[in-house]
Amino acid sequence: MTTLTDPPKESFRLGMLIYDSRYRSITIQVAALIAFLIGMGWIVSNTMNNLASLGKEIDFGFLKEPASYDINQRLIEYTSRDTHARAAFIGLLNTLLVAVLGCVLATIIGVFVGVLRLSKNWLVGRVMTVYVEALRNVPTLLWIVFLMAIITETLPAPRDFKSGEAEMLLGGTVAVTNRGTYIPEPVFSYSLGNIKLLEGFYNNSFRFEVSLDLIVILCVLIGGILISGLIKRRADRVQAATGDRPKTWHLRLAVVVLPTVFVLWLLGLFFVVPEIKGFNFRDGIHLRASFLALWLALSFYTAAFIAEIVRAGIMAISKGQSEAAAALGLRSGRIMSLVILPQALRVIIPPLISQYLNLTKNSSLAIAVGYMDITGTLGGITLNQTGRELECLLLLMLIYLTISLLISSVMNWYNERVKLTER
Amino acid sequence: MKKTVFFGALAVAGVAAGAVAAGTLDDVKARGKLNCGVSTGLVGFAAPDANGNWDGFDVGVCRAVAAAVLGDPTAVEFVPTTGKTRFTALASGEVDMLARNTTWTFSRDVDLKFEFVGINYYDGQGFMVPKSLGVTSAKDLDGATICIQTGTTTELNLADFFRANNMSYEPVPIETNAEGQQQYLAGACDAYTTDASGLAATRASFENPKDHIILPEIISKEPLGPLVRHGDQQWGDIVRWTLNALISAEELGITSANIDELAKGTQNPEINRILGTEGDLGAMFGLDKQWAYRAIKAGGNYGELFEKNIGENTPIGLARGLNAQWKDGGLVYSPPFR
Ligand SMILES: N[C@@H](CCC(=O)N[C@@H](CS)C(=O)NCC(=O)O)C(=O)O
Repeated sequence: MTTLTDPPKESFRLGMLIYDSRYRSITIQVAALIAFLIGMGWIVSNTMNNLASLGKEIDFGFLKEPASYDINQRLIEYTSRDTHARAAFIGLLNTLLVAVLGCVLATIIGVFVGVLRLSKNWLVGRVMTVYVEALRNVPTLLWIVFLMAIITETLPAPRDFKSGEAEMLLGGTVAVTNRGTYIPEPVFSYSLGNIKLLEGFYNNSFRFEVSLDLIVILCVLIGGILISGLIKRRADRVQAATGDRPKTWHLRLAVVVLPTVFVLWLLGLFFVVPEIKGFNFRDGIHLRASFLALWLALSFYTAAFIAEIVRAGIMAISKGQSEAAAALGLRSGRIMSLVILPQALRVIIPPLISQYLNLTKNSSLAIAVGYMDITGTLGGITLNQTGRELECLLLLMLIYLTISLLISSVMNWYNERVKLTER
Repeated sequence: MKKTVFFGALAVAGVAAGAVAAGTLDDVKARGKLNCGVSTGLVGFAAPDANGNWDGFDVGVCRAVAAAVLGDPTAVEFVPTTGKTRFTALASGEVDMLARNTTWTFSRDVDLKFEFVGINYYDGQGFMVPKSLGVTSAKDLDGATICIQTGTTTELNLADFFRANNMSYEPVPIETNAEGQQQYLAGACDAYTTDASGLAATRASFENPKDHIILPEIISKEPLGPLVRHGDQQWGDIVRWTLNALISAEELGITSANIDELAKGTQNPEINRILGTEGDLGAMFGLDKQWAYRAIKAGGNYGELFEKNIGENTPIGLARGLNAQWKDGGLVYSPPFR
């Protein structure tokens, strides 16, 4: 029907793949893809062949064998008779611990420093500038090693507490030593016990226990927060209808705090204070020197970058916004929380994701201070004692990749929520 | 450090087959230098002196092999390796041999595909503590914090020992002896554990060695010896028989002082065979007649190396003990040269 308007059909010639601009880019891409696949194939087959000729075929069986080494920091039960897979799991938990706590602390310090750097107070602004420049211009590794050296070389050893040369802080509840800091540990006298999970799977490698006490406390806490949300919504409705907002903060605080405190009391919460016995402090929670050095160094370092991101985010909001808000009669605190921050967040979050990823990956520097993260267990001792370099490194890369993808997807989801909704 | 492991692993994957298949002897000759993996610094065994020259008991083995193969005991490139990097360095071909306080175990021999060519030091694992701690036995260490080098047999023995004795401890993992020393002296750990010889060497480098004691318990067998990669028999034989030549030399009374005299010919055919005046043993593995002569001349026989580097007249002060010749009640014993 449309034959009249069609251009005369050109016959396809091979040369057109190169000379015809319509096809050229496709040709190049296909060629590059083929070259890439051949290259990858060559690397993989070369690796396989060489490993085979060394008699070292890829084999993950060693993961089920007993690890035979001890790990100092274990968030869950572990003995040297557990498997290499479990040692890796213990390491993974240690990585996650320092990554999560690091991200939290870095964000808190970063926001604080970033906002203060914009302060009109000259001194405060300068001090924050010095902080940012000093921290981000020295490699993380140096900060970690430096902190570790300070802890081991300057703080008192546990035996100094015995001889009375050093004393515990905060009314004798906290001991700061060169092996780490010991703090009181919360314990329940009427504990509900634990639920055991994943027992018997993969030689018991991934078994863990969930504290029922914790679940109950969390449920009560979340329940309180939900109810508090309901109270807020009711207040919103009243305000919309009458223009007057009922005072609810004491009610909202009460529904969160009171039931939680009550449950804690029911469970018989008390604190066990660390005590020096023999060579070391016993009882209480032991924050090891390696953990403290790594956690603090990573947090302070990353905080310097986050501070800059926060500052950039706030400065990206045009001055007209705050002036308009002020003209509407909002107080400066409310301008920040209702007008500036919600908009600044959109600028802040994408680069913040990269900082979280950086911190998590930098946590593998743990090895410098002997913190037993996944690089220290799976990529360190297990790799070395079993000689399974390739298997361990492949697993390690896969694990870091998974953690990073998880972090970015959570943050992207959050970004999606706060971003400008176009109507 | 991590980079080394990673590239090492890639290298194992990528080039190892080539490195294994080719004759290490030819490689070393073509290079004109022996790449020898040693520790990062353990006085008496392997440590650079003030002028940067490596010296020590393990270094002596490297120099003897270089002298046998290349005719020059100084033609050695010393590659410092930690407990963790040493095997990757050897497997990837970065070094031709390791002489680094390395314990001969089944899995290293069989699973990691290495070849231990002999034992140059019979050792066992011990503990060192500050005298002021008042500890006299390893059994008193319940609850102690202990510095331990990762990637070693000693780390596994430590776990076994405490488990078997139903005691608890807090391991502080460290990478090198220097780091362990620093942590131990700062009091970050109560005790330091490694091979007893390593403890003696470490203690000798302290400012006040007398303030520290080595506990009487020896909790393991640590036969330390040089090793090479699996699969190159000729190269393995060369390193093995160089070590044996040093040991036999002591047994037969060949020393660096009298070797030139003996090399003119003696009434003892075994001495003649070793020094190349009778038969041609060297040709059987691709070396000349004088290989063993040069190896012994490089630093003296086994006993001389021992006395000079770690013996009772050195600050390290180790007695021969198990490492005496078999004739003197020790375990050091070389198969015959014939
Ligand atoms: N013999 C044990 C331990 C070897 C080891 O690491 N020894 C330490 C102390 S004796 C050492 O040589 N350190 C020197 C260094 O850190 O480079 C093994 O083979 O696993």
